[in-house]
Amino acid sequence: MMIKMTINGDVVEVDVKPNETLLDVLRNKLYITGPKEGCGNGECGACTVIYNGKPINSCLVLAPEADGAEILTVEGLTKNGKLHPIQEAFIEENAFQCGFCTPGFIMSTKALLDRKKNPTREDIVEALAGNLCRCTGYQTIIRAVEKAAEKLGVKE
Amino acid sequence: MRNKYVGKSYPRVDAYEKVTGTATYVTDMFFPGMLYAAVLRSPYPHAKIKKLDVSKARELEGVRAVVTAEDSPYRQGIYLVDRPIFATDRVRYVGEPVAAVAADSWEIAQKALELIEVEYEPLPAVFDPREAMKGEVLIHPDLANYERMPIYNIEPEKNVFHHHKTRKGDIEKGFEEADYIIEGEYYLPQIYHAPLEPHGAIAYYGFDGNLTVWSSAQSPFTLRNLIAHAFKIPRHKVRVIAPYVGGGFGGKAGINMEGIVVALALKVPGKHIKLIYTREEDIMATVVRQGMYAKVKAGVKKDGTIVAWQEEMIFDGGAYAEYGTNVVRAAGYTTPGPYYVPNLKVDSYGVYTNHFVGGAFRGFGHGELHWAVERHMDKIAQELGMDPLELRMKNLLKPGLTNAMGQKIHEHTGDVEACLKKAAELIEYGKKPEQPKDPKKRRGKGIAALVKAPAMPTNAASSVVIKFHEDATVTLQVSIQEIGQGFNTAITQMAADALHIPAEKIKVVFPIDTDANPYEWQTVASRALWTVGNALYRAAEDALNQIKNIASQVLGVAPYNLEVEDDRVYIKYDPETYIPLTDIVMGYTYPDGHAIGGPVIGRGSFVPERLTNLDPETGQGNVAAEWTFGAEAAEVEVDMETGEVKVLKLVGVFDAGRVVNPMVATGQIIGGMVQGMGPALFEQIKYDEKGNPITISFTDYKLPTIADIPEEMIADFVETYEATSAFGVRGIAEHPMISVPPAIAAAIYDAIGVNLNEMPFTPEKILRALKEKENK
Repeated sequence: MMIKMTINGDVVEVDVKPNETLLDVLRNKLYITGPKEGCGNGECGACTVIYNGKPINSCLVLAPEADGAEILTVEGLTKNGKLHPIQEAFIEENAFQCGFCTPGFIMSTKALLDRKKNPTREDIVEALAGNLCRCTGYQTIIRAVEKAAEKLGVKE
Repeated sequence: MRNKYVGKSYPRVDAYEKVTGTATYVTDMFFPGMLYAAVLRSPYPHAKIKKLDVSKARELEGVRAVVTAEDSPYRQGIYLVDRPIFATDRVRYVGEPVAAVAADSWEIAQKALELIEVEYEPLPAVFDPREAMKGEVLIHPDLANYERMPIYNIEPEKNVFHHHKTRKGDIEKGFEEADYIIEGEYYLPQIYHAPLEPHGAIAYYGFDGNLTVWSSAQSPFTLRNLIAHAFKIPRHKVRVIAPYVGGGFGGKAGINMEGIVVALALKVPGKHIKLIYTREEDIMATVVRQGMYAKVKAGVKKDGTIVAWQEEMIFDGGAYAEYGTNVVRAAGYTTPGPYYVPNLKVDSYGVYTNHFVGGAFRGFGHGELHWAVERHMDKIAQELGMDPLELRMKNLLKPGLTNAMGQKIHEHTGDVEACLKKAAELIEYGKKPEQPKDPKKRRGKGIAALVKAPAMPTNAASSVVIKFHEDATVTLQVSIQEIGQGFNTAITQMAADALHIPAEKIKVVFPIDTDANPYEWQTVASRALWTVGNALYRAAEDALNQIKNIASQVLGVAPYNLEVEDDRVYIKYDPETYIPLTDIVMGYTYPDGHAIGGPVIGRGSFVPERLTNLDPETGQGNVAAEWTFGAEAAEVEVDMETGEVKVLKLVGVFDAGRVVNPMVATGQIIGGMVQGMGPALFEQIKYDEKGNPITISFTDYKLPTIADIPEEMIADFVETYEATSAFGVRGIAEHPMISVPPAIAAAIYDAIGVNLNEMPFTPEKILRALKEKENK
């Protein structure tokens, strides 16, 4: 069936199967490969995208359900070739190593900071508890989120 | 050499790609007309294959190839060639590949698997390596006939794929001299690497007979070598391209699942075949860390001096030996870790079982050996009524002493005492933790030390090529994989200092392509900056000499009177007189048009110096090139009502030699400590009594999340210059994972007075131990 979505500001029409997931469509049909498949079961958060304003595991959404949805992936964060302040903060705080989980963490962070301008450590832990990272030990990720909040606060 | 970039927190060169989601991993690669692969796997831990019929699968529309052992009767293995790409007469673990399909879509491939008919006859299975050593069930009846490196010592009738022996001093005399004999037993189960990127590979076999494999690989050259060896293809016709690796931790070293796609590709020339493992497949059918049972008997003097150490380590190697052969060996020759004991008898056994395949895992036997050694040090301290840190300090492996294999420790080998002192300071050792008001919650502190050398063949080689371009920028060809550890950043800094040019003018060639890049053994063993650093130093000297030789002709001065700096080569005693590098690096052209020299290409190779194999009967020899010492400490809070352990603080201090990039090195330590906390508290591969795996998802195999980490984690360094490195560096990447579990166990003892000698420290185990203590 044909569905229509707005992905990173672009209206996209795509033919999907009833049992396909949104992640499959993004990656294998639209070649939007920022969201990663780490488990396919909603257990790792590597496929996190912002879906109608909320962070979701795109591997848990069936593609037909996404008809009419507004979706933001990590590819939608850079503007005119410039990094988003969250991305800058992840670099400055060394909040990644292998990078495979990074797009998911960045999108969960974006959703948190859209909702809460000055998150506490508890807020950060809660918002990122569904994202697994095996490399960093998370300490620098927490710092990056705090720094991103500062950067965004200063800008506004 | 300059000293401008090494030692600074230079920004990571892979940062932009990784935070924008544009870094390419194998799973992100698509080719026109690409086929998708799927694998049929054994549902039994041990069974005979009585019948295997793939004819119906072959007939399904959209299926392009089906392969079994009949089509691809090859075995693979890095040190012992024991692992068939597809099970032949029997299956040896749940998840073992039996057949594979390549089809137009993943769905068709899945459907085809259902059409494959297999009949199994279950065989008696064995899951405990101690049982397996009795030899009642033989998992590899043909073990004696397998091809293997001669340094590995098999005992086929006992399911043993390697038996390492250390014999040093006189163990009986040592026990006679001792005032106390203290014995203990320790255990840890298999654990899973859990890289966020599951294993994946794409293979393409051309009509010209050239094979290309894109793989999430830590060891592109060793992968090429093993593919070529298994499939009997000349090396120059096998090309491995390795893009970013989404976490390796040892699990993506050597060859893994690549043989499956290669076997399919050989059947369908001209087509790309992609296989990305599901998480379930990744847990079951790649490799895991081996489990281990250890028995220690130590002879100790009243003052705490350890005079004898006897230990038996029995590793649960799983169905195939893989890197396990060398894990068992490394654990054997390193025991008793960072301590000096004059009389030693150590036996380390790698044993086949019908569990998942054991392989390389961050720490490579050292997490295992230090678990037993450091727990036993605590036990000795407890029995002697001595402070555990004082006992450790008394027995440290210090300069002038010899380690287990008889190598002499020098001042430049590293300073374990300084590491322990610093870790003790950072955890405020000796200062009682502030206890919570709730009397059910108790806090405690613990400390443990460690040592690890790269475990590698004596001739594990590296090479580097430096190419200058028209504008005097440089590309660096080096084949260590960027698996997240920050290698590409650190080597850029080192190259900038070696070449005396700005780091911004250097790019590391990526991805690694074995057709274009120079040889590198593997991205393992925390050896990269050490070994590649030495090759780089030579390559840089080679390039600089070429530049100086050309300049020498033009300027009429001896090459040794010339120096390269940033954008020029100048006369040392007359710095105003110089030639821009841009006029030299492609060869120098005189005003009349005639030219000399040519493009500058620096070349450097390195093999470890003066290493020898170990004596098979005594384990004496010189197999370790450099050692990294460290110390780790933990503070925990134990809830005596629920049995829950919360880690409040972790400290890791390592003698890194010169720290190349403090930001990146700190990241390695913090990440490694959290990876060490997982198996201490909850990680474990579990099987039911029939040998069926239970923990094959992230729901059942729990990893540390952001909610589990301590609020405080501190990384610090001691910097004893490493004399065998041109840059003074040594490895630290694996080390932070090693002694976190014993440090946490020691902290639990300090908090509630019970000893946990089996990982992980689950609430049930804590409560059981408390109950036993009460009943005493």
